[in-house]
Amino acid sequence: MSSYPWAAGYIDDGDRPKIVTSRFHLEDGYTLERYQATGGYDGLRRALAKSPAEVHDEVRGATILGRGGAGFPAGTKWGLMPADKYPRYLVVNGDESEPGTYKDRLLMERDPHQLIEGCLIAAYAAGLAQVFLYIRGEMPLAHERVGQALNEAYAAGYVGTNILGTDFSVDIVLHWGAGAYVVGEETALIESLEGKRGEPRLKPPFFPAAIGLYGQPTIVNNVETLSNLPWLLVNGMEAYTAIGTQTSPGTRMVAVSGHVNRPGVYEIVNGTTTFRDLLYGDEFCQGIRNGNELKAFVPGGGSAPWFTPEQLDLPFEGRLVGAAGSMLGSGAIMVMDHTTDIPAAALTLTHFYAAESCGQCTPCREGGTWLERVLSRIVDGNGTPADLDQLLEIGESICPGAFPHASSSALGLEATPFPYKMTTICFVGPSAYAPVHSALTLFRSEFEAKITRRNSIPVTAVHATPETAGAH
Amino acid sequence: MARLNDDNVRLAHEIISRYPRRRSATIPLLHLAQEQDGYLTDDAIRHVAELVGATSAEVLGTATFYEMFKFEPVGTYLINICGTMSCALMGAGELMRHAEQTLGIPVGGTTPDGMFTLEHAECQAACTEAPCLQVNYRHRFRVTPADLDRLVEDLRAGRLGAEIPPHGTLARVRQSIPVESAAGAVTPEQAGAPAWFPAKDPA
Repeated sequence: MSSYPWAAGYIDDGDRPKIVTSRFHLEDGYTLERYQATGGYDGLRRALAKSPAEVHDEVRGATILGRGGAGFPAGTKWGLMPADKYPRYLVVNGDESEPGTYKDRLLMERDPHQLIEGCLIAAYAAGLAQVFLYIRGEMPLAHERVGQALNEAYAAGYVGTNILGTDFSVDIVLHWGAGAYVVGEETALIESLEGKRGEPRLKPPFFPAAIGLYGQPTIVNNVETLSNLPWLLVNGMEAYTAIGTQTSPGTRMVAVSGHVNRPGVYEIVNGTTTFRDLLYGDEFCQGIRNGNELKAFVPGGGSAPWFTPEQLDLPFEGRLVGAAGSMLGSGAIMVMDHTTDIPAAALTLTHFYAAESCGQCTPCREGGTWLERVLSRIVDGNGTPADLDQLLEIGESICPGAFPHASSSALGLEATPFPYKMTTICFVGPSAYAPVHSALTLFRSEFEAKITRRNSIPVTAVHATPETAGAH
Repeated sequence: MARLNDDNVRLAHEIISRYPRRRSATIPLLHLAQEQDGYLTDDAIRHVAELVGATSAEVLGTATFYEMFKFEPVGTYLINICGTMSCALMGAGELMRHAEQTLGIPVGGTTPDGMFTLEHAECQAACTEAPCLQVNYRHRFRVTPADLDRLVEDLRAGRLGAEIPPHGTLARVRQSIPVESAAGAVTPEQAGAPAWFPAKDPA
């Protein structure tokens, strides 16, 4: 048995080290009783036996890269707060909504105490006076599990005043969102937590570590990032960095979805596992469905430029993937087989980002919508030859200059590395363009075919399920 | 058209007390209002504004930003079918067309008996279990058209009442911070490092 009915999607075949999913195989892993019986809150005890600076050094030394998307090391982030400005806050980003991504939802539903313990360790080490745990609104089960866990943890003396008999006191407040993708951006998250519309702030000056919640120094950390801390404190920096690579130590949770035989969420060794391992490996996705050919895949969530089979042997490592023209983002791979209608697939993502634009920046608000409309008419068979340049021109207004893309020996293309330039405050605008640019760069002939044939060949949905595929 | 009832006002004050600034409680309080009435009434928005110390225009401005808040009644069961990439790749389009037929309403519509509202939703963080949907934000995974018909039947027959509360109810377990163990909200005015956190040596 490698999957569990209480953790749909999670698969743990093989003999890989587990840092954050060690309790997913336990049906009652979310209860305080089970958490304590399996070493829970030992990391907090170890942390409290050290000075905050020692704990901070340990986290810095472990180089825990942020798991939310940007990949910035947590220990370094904590060190960016001004030394003399208090109070400082911790805002936990549990607003997971990047297309293709889910791991934070499972971590909150399956092991809420691990997250709470991670919050406590972070608050202790970085001198954070209050914690706000912001959970995406559309995740009521996560709310219930984290809420229950917090109630248990307060009653047991792990959270609140004089934690475990020390002078460490901190409240963790469960906060809930109400449905807005952009709020996953850290400054938008802070705006939302202040009771406002979730519109991202300009950086600089509003780097949260300097000017965050209520204008105070604020650390915004992802759920998975914080969930690493209890294990790190129990097992130590050396054990942590012994897993993975020097630049990307530890593990990562990765969700692989789409046209694979065994889609799932896997905790993988960071930095060394390749995309080929993930898509074809026995302990992972076991190949493309129906023995089909792989056409393309999105390596790091809906915002990431696409890869083709030529990039399969790249390891899941941030710098290498960045140099190859994409990003790891939030640990989400979406796989398209050869039956996929590429322009229609790109449209689902562009529609997403256009719909989720907060509307602050004109290039995103207007550009995203235009991208969607032009792409939509191409997909519907009403495109004109001028539409393809039009798409690139709109993209240029959101991201001036070369946009990252993968290399293609078939097309004679060299990779353009990450990152891009942008005319918007946050990444939502560029994200609307990323699927369009990738699809158009790597599969231009499919767009041209839709335009020249004017829908003389019926355009189906993106693609049918295997059961219904034969019906068309 | 209702303001928050007495129980919810008590709960609202408890929630507000957790935050350094009252206005931070806006979204949680709007959820309370939606839980009470199934959607946000004008009176509830005004009441939330009074409670958090903002104008009703400010609260309305916040509320309209977020997709979960509804400003007119929706069905007892809000069915959100995910249409983002992974679900689209696995047949979400067909599922949506089937749902429209089964329910007899177009996407965005509500059945005449007020039982169901059907919406197109964006990524629901269950991409490996595609196509997926949520009923009042409770997930259903790898949904076939036949699964959807059964789900609608079960909901009509009241067989899922224990699992899926009416629209508006977010979480049935609430956080409750006992007064004696609360560390308390820390306002920005409370300057100075926390007790456990020694100031760094100038060296």
